[in-house]
Amino acid sequence: MERSEIVDHNEPLIQAQHLKKYFKITKNKTLHAVDDVSFDIYPGETLGLVGESGCGKSTVGNVIMRLLPRTEGKLLYRGKDVFQADREEALALCQKMQIIFQDPYSSLNPRKTIRSILSEAYEIHRYGTKEEISKAVEALCERVQIPMNLLDHFPHELDGGMRQIVGIARALSLNADFIVCDEPVSSLDVSIQARIVNLLMDIQKEMGLSYLFISHDLSVVRHISSRIAVMYLGQIVEIAETDEMFANTRHPYSLALLSAVPRVDVDKKVSRIVLKGDVPSPVNPKPGCRFAPRCWMAQEICRQEAPAMSEVAPGHCVACHFAQETRERMKTAEISSLAD
Amino acid sequence: MDEKILEIEDLVVEYKTERATVHALNGVDLSLSKGESLGLVGESGAGKTTTALSILNLLPEASAVIKSGDIRYHGKSVFRMNDKELQSMRGGKISMIFQNPLTALNPVFTVGEQIAVVLRVHQGMSRKAASERAKELLEMVGIAGYRIKDYPHQFSGGMRQRVGIAAGLACNPEVLIADEPTTALDVTIQAQILELMKELQTKYDTSLLMITHNLGIISELCQKVAVMYAGRIIEYGTVREVFKHPMHPYTAGLLNALPKLEGPRERLVAIPGRVADPQDLPDGCRFHPRCEGCQARCKEEIPPMVRVNDDHYVACFGAKEGI
Repeated sequence: MERSEIVDHNEPLIQAQHLKKYFKITKNKTLHAVDDVSFDIYPGETLGLVGESGCGKSTVGNVIMRLLPRTEGKLLYRGKDVFQADREEALALCQKMQIIFQDPYSSLNPRKTIRSILSEAYEIHRYGTKEEISKAVEALCERVQIPMNLLDHFPHELDGGMRQIVGIARALSLNADFIVCDEPVSSLDVSIQARIVNLLMDIQKEMGLSYLFISHDLSVVRHISSRIAVMYLGQIVEIAETDEMFANTRHPYSLALLSAVPRVDVDKKVSRIVLKGDVPSPVNPKPGCRFAPRCWMAQEICRQEAPAMSEVAPGHCVACHFAQETRERMKTAEISSLAD
Repeated sequence: MDEKILEIEDLVVEYKTERATVHALNGVDLSLSKGESLGLVGESGAGKTTTALSILNLLPEASAVIKSGDIRYHGKSVFRMNDKELQSMRGGKISMIFQNPLTALNPVFTVGEQIAVVLRVHQGMSRKAASERAKELLEMVGIAGYRIKDYPHQFSGGMRQRVGIAAGLACNPEVLIADEPTTALDVTIQAQILELMKELQTKYDTSLLMITHNLGIISELCQKVAVMYAGRIIEYGTVREVFKHPMHPYTAGLLNALPKLEGPRERLVAIPGRVADPQDLPDGCRFHPRCEGCQARCKEEIPPMVRVNDDHYVACFGAKEGI
């Protein structure tokens, strides 16, 4: 496996501690987009953040990048509190923490050429003279394989894949070491998606980057991540190393999510847990486990008491009262089988 | 042997704009038998949706030109049907589920009215009977019957798509065309819709044309698959055969480019180059600029569809020589 294995487990690069982001809708209504989310990201590793639409995964990315003010919680970059940074420190942090957005059509300024989009960061951070900046931009293009002749084109002249590469180049321009990738391949065709995923993994290895990889596509997340966190309604319900997560899934929601993905292999059909109903509203959530209304193993305690995160195996944490029983229960639960 | 309900023959469709001509379909041949489920797979711009719209003769008249070819429904050309025949076909015998459940429903009518109108038009039901049946249909797709008086905005995305499916199935159509019905939905909701479609298909023996870019959905729901690239079908056969032994380099490339949910995580193999631009198609095989096995002949001639075996057809010069 070509994933970067130089993971230093002693010193996390990023530490999110009890992050909360609430949106006040009316006087009595508050939307709990992110509700007490904590995780660490170590140098050189990729943490995959998966969940369905509206679960708060993009909000986590935006709060980390300070694109949205947090409601509560701390974010440490190399032990330093990001939210307490003064103007100068904040500018320095900008160089180190970057983001790649989902939609390469709306995240590039249509009135600027690729060259000026890529030069912008250097200009803001006073990198050097015009010539030096121009050289840096060209070196950047070489690294991510943007053909030089595209530099004087406008974003609309590029296809989706190439635009996303420009987005990646922009994030890399100031030697960032932590990048939030917010659904970077979701809007791309399969044949292009593979190229972007490969590029992200190559530059990670080359430059020792850390990623927070936000996506709803489990197979892409499995491919790129060293660890995976599953989110449901603003909370992380399970977090584990990738192989452990797939081999030993414990949270009933993670299991349902995994089983819901249609498999390409005609011979490997899995039994599927079909969840009833939709994701409930994150406005004024009820006490108890957020997943209880859709959970096939919910008991009385689940509706009353929110389960705490507990470690079921080294590095594998689950927030479920019945984490130890999930796999046994799954065998007996009412599930529809896909096997022919 | 099999009764062919729908036959598409050498269909060529262009969209004319002021500046350019978009070659959307460049000779599509496809047929659908009774009770069969066929998956139509391809990337954006491959012509999947244009194929679907052509079947219902719903192409925008102002810009789309049917250059040649024909589509026959039970032997009768859909392009030569009069308005009355078309109306009885659309929604009655062939119905379509659209990609975006948000825009496919009319926001100012209740969902009950929207399902009932299909029944009143096609089966001449009375208001009351149609409304009763609409209720049954909603319950069939897993929505409580009392909600027929609700408006689309009161439903979530997955439920709206179910409403779309209920309306599509109202007249027990012979053919159901589903154009990316789950692309806008979350995986757990997608799983609900797929289970529902599978159940309905076995129950009513409806023929299904499933349009999607998701190979997993095809693998689960369909018996046959047709792979489209730049407005042509380049590989066709049973899902098992095509996915296990892909003959066209594009099909093989698509399968290799997908990250897997099981097994070792190997580096993905991307298909080089970009998806063919339908405004400026390459000569010869449309895939040749991206193909590793490209030969001189591929640049000049368009490879015809050849039979590999009973269950498998492919349009590639290289594949033919391999046998």
